[in-house]
Amino acid sequence: MGVNADPLVGGEGFLTTTIEAFANWGRKNSLWPMPFGTACCAIEMMGVFASRYDLSRFGAEVARFSPRQADLMIVSGTITYKMASVCRRIYDQMPEPKWVIAMGSCTCGGGPFDSYAVIQGIDEFLPVDVYVGGCPPRPEALIDAVMKIQKKIEMKGAPVV
Amino acid sequence: MSFDLEQAVSLLQKEFPQDILDIKEYRNETTLIINKDQIHRFCKHLKDNLEFTFLADLTAVDYLEVKSPRYEVVYHIHRFGPDCEENIRIRLKAELTDDDPKIDSVVSIWSSADWLEREVYDMFGIEFTGHPDLRRILMPEDYKPYPLRKDFDVRNREASKESFEKALEDGVD
Repeated sequence: MGVNADPLVGGEGFLTTTIEAFANWGRKNSLWPMPFGTACCAIEMMGVFASRYDLSRFGAEVARFSPRQADLMIVSGTITYKMASVCRRIYDQMPEPKWVIAMGSCTCGGGPFDSYAVIQGIDEFLPVDVYVGGCPPRPEALIDAVMKIQKKIEMKGAPVV
Repeated sequence: MSFDLEQAVSLLQKEFPQDILDIKEYRNETTLIINKDQIHRFCKHLKDNLEFTFLADLTAVDYLEVKSPRYEVVYHIHRFGPDCEENIRIRLKAELTDDDPKIDSVVSIWSSADWLEREVYDMFGIEFTGHPDLRRILMPEDYKPYPLRKDFDVRNREASKESFEKALEDGVD
């Protein structure tokens, strides 16, 4: 993306870019998260949204509880097999393009729950983009994950149409 | 006149000489082992005549390879007294064998037993005859094993996976 604000060439300035780069620039700076919080990690996620850590600095503060208005799913908390089908269904309802953050040890690999009820990592049924370790992770870690998603959108993007 | 649990227990012994199989005292807690066929009649008596109005907990224990009969259903029953000044608790246990894990439901006495009995059914496969709606409460409805039985491997995820995949296909949660 090239920006030219030289008054000699364009008066008020112009920029040259591709539609794809432009769209992805918009996407990465206005991520709308769908918070899928099932356990203690969700408390930490709320901390990230709230004023102290303030995810709106990264353009991702509009937490949507409707999957149809979201493009980033933050799965935070233990996911049981019974919950997994619900989680998958909500992911399916999100419009493309979409990204997934697995927040916390439970979503990454089951955490301490090596049991009959708990799924051993949400990548068994969801395409995860960023894994955040920790039990629970610090808010900074989740911010880092969002920034990694931004990086990913910027570098790889998603098809515009 | 305050309620005397010891006295009440000795009265109960006279009333149910055949059905109180054992009495245990441990750290001021009273446990009665009850004949499982009489559990409903016994609980009814506790509630109607002794004002044990509150079923605090209902659960079960699997004593596989520890003792026989294998299961124990445990009732924790509470009495608040007429002015809510007493806090008297009694514990009932009923032993169930492996080949006939069935006991009468106490839902008609304390309605809080409804979900508790469903949980015990879900986890141990103990059937409560007379329960109004005996379905699994925590595990998926098409789940087969009883996960808190001691002969179930707690890390066995096969059945959960099956139910999950089926739920994905059907689109029902």
